[in-house]
Amino acid sequence: MLLWPVLLLAAAGLISPYVARSRIPVWLLAAAPAGVFAWLLSSYLRLGVGETTAESLGWFDPLGASLDFVLDGFGGLLALLISGVGTLIVIYASGYLAGHRDLGRLLLLLFFFMASMLGLVLADNVILLFVFWELTSITSYLLVGFNHEDKAARAKALQALLVTGAGGLAMLAGFILLGTTAESWRLSEIVQAGDLVRSSPVYGALTACIIIGAAAKSAQVPLHFWLPNAMAAPTPVSAFLHSATMVKAGVFLLAKLSPALDGTLLWHGSLSVLGSATLITGAVLGIVQTDLKRILAYTTLSVLGILTLLIGIGTELAIKSMVVFLLGHALYKAALFMVAGTVDHETGTRDVRRLGGLRRAMPVTAVAALLAAFSKAGFPPFFGFVGKEYVYKTGTALDQAGTAFIVVAVVGNMFLLALALKAGLHPFWSKTPLDAPGRTVHEAPWSLWGPPLALALCGLAFGLAAGLVGEALVGKAVAAIRLEPMTSSLSLWHGLSLPLVLSVVTMAGGLLIYANRRLIWPHRGRIEAVPGPSSVYETMVGNLAEVAKRKTRILQSGALTRYVAIVIAAATFLLGWKFLRFGGWPDLTIGPDIEILPAVLCVLAAGAALGATIATSRLGVLVALGIVGIAIALLFLHYSAPDLAITQILVEALTVMLLMLVVYKLPPVRREPRPGVAAAKWALAAGFGGGMTLIVLQALELQVAPSISEQLATWSYPAAHGRNVVNVILVDFRALDTFGEMIVLTIAALGVLSLLARRKRKREDAGS
Amino acid sequence: MNLVLALCIGILFTAGIVCLLQRCMMRLVVGLILLGQAANLIVFTGAGLTSGEPALVAEGAKVPPPGAADALPQAMVLTAIVIGFGLTVFALTLLNRARETSGHDDLDAFSETDRI
Amino acid sequence: MKGSFILEGAARLLLPWLVALSLVTFYRGHHLPGGGFIGGLLAASGFALIALGAGEGAARRALRVDPVGLMTCGLTVALVAALAGLFRGGGLLAGLWLPVWSLPLIGDVHLGTPMLFDFGVYLTVAGFALQVIFSLLEDAA
Repeated sequence: MLLWPVLLLAAAGLISPYVARSRIPVWLLAAAPAGVFAWLLSSYLRLGVGETTAESLGWFDPLGASLDFVLDGFGGLLALLISGVGTLIVIYASGYLAGHRDLGRLLLLLFFFMASMLGLVLADNVILLFVFWELTSITSYLLVGFNHEDKAARAKALQALLVTGAGGLAMLAGFILLGTTAESWRLSEIVQAGDLVRSSPVYGALTACIIIGAAAKSAQVPLHFWLPNAMAAPTPVSAFLHSATMVKAGVFLLAKLSPALDGTLLWHGSLSVLGSATLITGAVLGIVQTDLKRILAYTTLSVLGILTLLIGIGTELAIKSMVVFLLGHALYKAALFMVAGTVDHETGTRDVRRLGGLRRAMPVTAVAALLAAFSKAGFPPFFGFVGKEYVYKTGTALDQAGTAFIVVAVVGNMFLLALALKAGLHPFWSKTPLDAPGRTVHEAPWSLWGPPLALALCGLAFGLAAGLVGEALVGKAVAAIRLEPMTSSLSLWHGLSLPLVLSVVTMAGGLLIYANRRLIWPHRGRIEAVPGPSSVYETMVGNLAEVAKRKTRILQSGALTRYVAIVIAAATFLLGWKFLRFGGWPDLTIGPDIEILPAVLCVLAAGAALGATIATSRLGVLVALGIVGIAIALLFLHYSAPDLAITQILVEALTVMLLMLVVYKLPPVRREPRPGVAAAKWALAAGFGGGMTLIVLQALELQVAPSISEQLATWSYPAAHGRNVVNVILVDFRALDTFGEMIVLTIAALGVLSLLARRKRKREDAGS
Repeated sequence: MNLVLALCIGILFTAGIVCLLQRCMMRLVVGLILLGQAANLIVFTGAGLTSGEPALVAEGAKVPPPGAADALPQAMVLTAIVIGFGLTVFALTLLNRARETSGHDDLDAFSETDRI
Repeated sequence: MKGSFILEGAARLLLPWLVALSLVTFYRGHHLPGGGFIGGLLAASGFALIALGAGEGAARRALRVDPVGLMTCGLTVALVAALAGLFRGGGLLAGLWLPVWSLPLIGDVHLGTPMLFDFGVYLTVAGFALQVIFSLLEDAA
């Protein structure tokens, strides 16, 4: 049953362009993800801690390929986020792009993405997961490049695709290594085979590949640069893909695979370093931004860094904090993105330097922004506060490197708090004069403030009911990741302890940064000018295009004979290499079984073929070709193939007739004027011909698999009522092939017809 | 006998490739035809050669006589002959049109065949 | 191409015989050398002779139907033969056979969907060969 939600979402995508063009309210399409959400929620709540619902749909059993799906605590939580946030995003998008001529296309892609993402978190087969993984990359490419008439948007979309696609390739390599090492392609079995994987000699390679793939998808340093650039996407897309769902895929996979891969320095070390670096990079680059969406993108980077760092630490507390943080982030970040889009929609700008005091004109949006920003800032009693507390608790409970972790986390959270206030508070409550020329700003329609408000309220409710959330959602997710139940419950309030002190420090530092935000803005240009990985990317892509251009100029010269020569030379090389390297020279002595008549026919065919190559008169060529055809027909006849002989004779007659019709219009046959070139051509051709002779002889000595011919001959009369086995094969046993051939002939005839018809039309045009 | 046939196939391939490497259109068509013949002979020879015993079930019998020719490659070659005919005709028409459009029959000088 | 009087006369004389021969070859093809491919090519060569002798227009008139129509017909017949097996529950292209009829002169007649399919091959191959011959002749004129 788990495939149905995926298909339902894809189907909703297919109908959305028609709905967008019709008079039906577009937001009604949200019923599809809402239905999926409701169904998933009821299944999820019925799921006990540590339980899973799995199903498998074999679609190609001979290869063992099957569609394996599983609903477990962690995948189910993400599936709930995808369908829940997705519902709100569909409503939001219908308002955001109301009346836009491409709204249908946006929704189509959004639904396809949603379906792929849902498939990704529910897949239990690594190959299936990879397919969905790549589908999210492709749909995301199309979504980022939604404004495809804008060259910059196209370039940014391509960048996102190339970076995540390259990561995807590494991921595929990692999956294949993992699948063969763990001797299973099912995730639920792989995570049980941790000891087998860790003791394998390819453990290092496969872990590195998987980390690279996940890092590219979840925008970890140094592959982070595509995420801020992906803000070229329309805001509903950023809110959905680049905060709540797609960028979490890498983290999701790392968490999911941690039982199979963790416990080594490679895993814990590289993830901790990657996560910390991403956290700090996002914070530093984010603080200088002035564009609302870019601010949010960089804070997303920071959060992804924290999540990776927590997986790298991997204790029960760390995983618990990871789940809480991930859930909280999805709620407030999607809300803040939507708020940023609403502000942009109403004022026409996203630059914080030109925004202020909007709370009077847009009171409801302001409340939504405030609630989401407070959750993000980690103020009690919001869910963000719970997440931050647990991160600090993780740090204080660590034996080694606890101080380093706490420093990184505190600094990161200070910046996150400052940025949260900058994105959610500043536009509405600050005294900066609003600079929106030619606009009278007023409250947005309900579809633009409803969804962010709903998410922001969730953030508040989850915080207040932390114990309940911990039981219903977090506990199941942690148990699914760690394969053992959580030992302590979730709570909002932990009493006066070190984490609370750290929270107070964070708040003070963050507020200080926020108060001085105007001092930092002017330095943006200088910080962004520091060359980073994105300039490496630019150079690589530029060089690749240059190499491709040069290669094309050499290989695709437009001279047809050169193409043929390259292909034949390569084939001859492979033939020669096969014999020289692997041997297998056939027996080259003429046996006693030689028969006079077929031998004469062979000589005749070969001689005539050479004649057709050398002859310069058009008639001579035709006669030579005719001789080749008839000699081969007689060979067929001699070797018990009367059907072939008759067909060959008839085809030969028709071919010669047609050639006659065309030939007298062709210019005379020319010879290669340069003797050296002609000799080279003959040498190449003779090399290839000789290789073919050898390979035919060797093939005759081999019998790789038992032939089915015997069986076909036995069935011919009793089962198919035909005495001519050749004909029975053609019209009965292999009739599907014959039918395909008939279609090919029809297409060839239509091709000839259209080639000539076009000329006829041109001639008539010229005549009139 | 296999050696003689294999040599014959090799020579057909050689002749066909030499034709393909010429810059003249007529030779290209001849080359395609010769390559087709050579390929048909490979498949035909591949199943082993049987003289004078076609794969036919005699009146009153249920199966072909023991030692009868292998019918499967014959069926394949039969369709290949007809398809080869289709290919030849199509190539002939296409090249003829290319020549008319460009005004020459030099295969190495077709840079603007889009006009066809 | 200027027609030849002798060729034209001979072709007109031969045509009915060639068509009859092609049909016989097709019919006996299930048991003896022959079949749809060979029959179709034979039928086509009969009309090709007319086309060479008296021009493509005369051959088209003798044929009465458009070669492309012949191909369409052939594909449809083959498809019907293929689907018949599907609808009778045997799967696509599964053979269905009528009981054997014994007729004077001809002998036992045994009809089934594979023969119908083969007739589709006959029509398609004949239509194809004629279509290209007519096209090229028309172009050469």
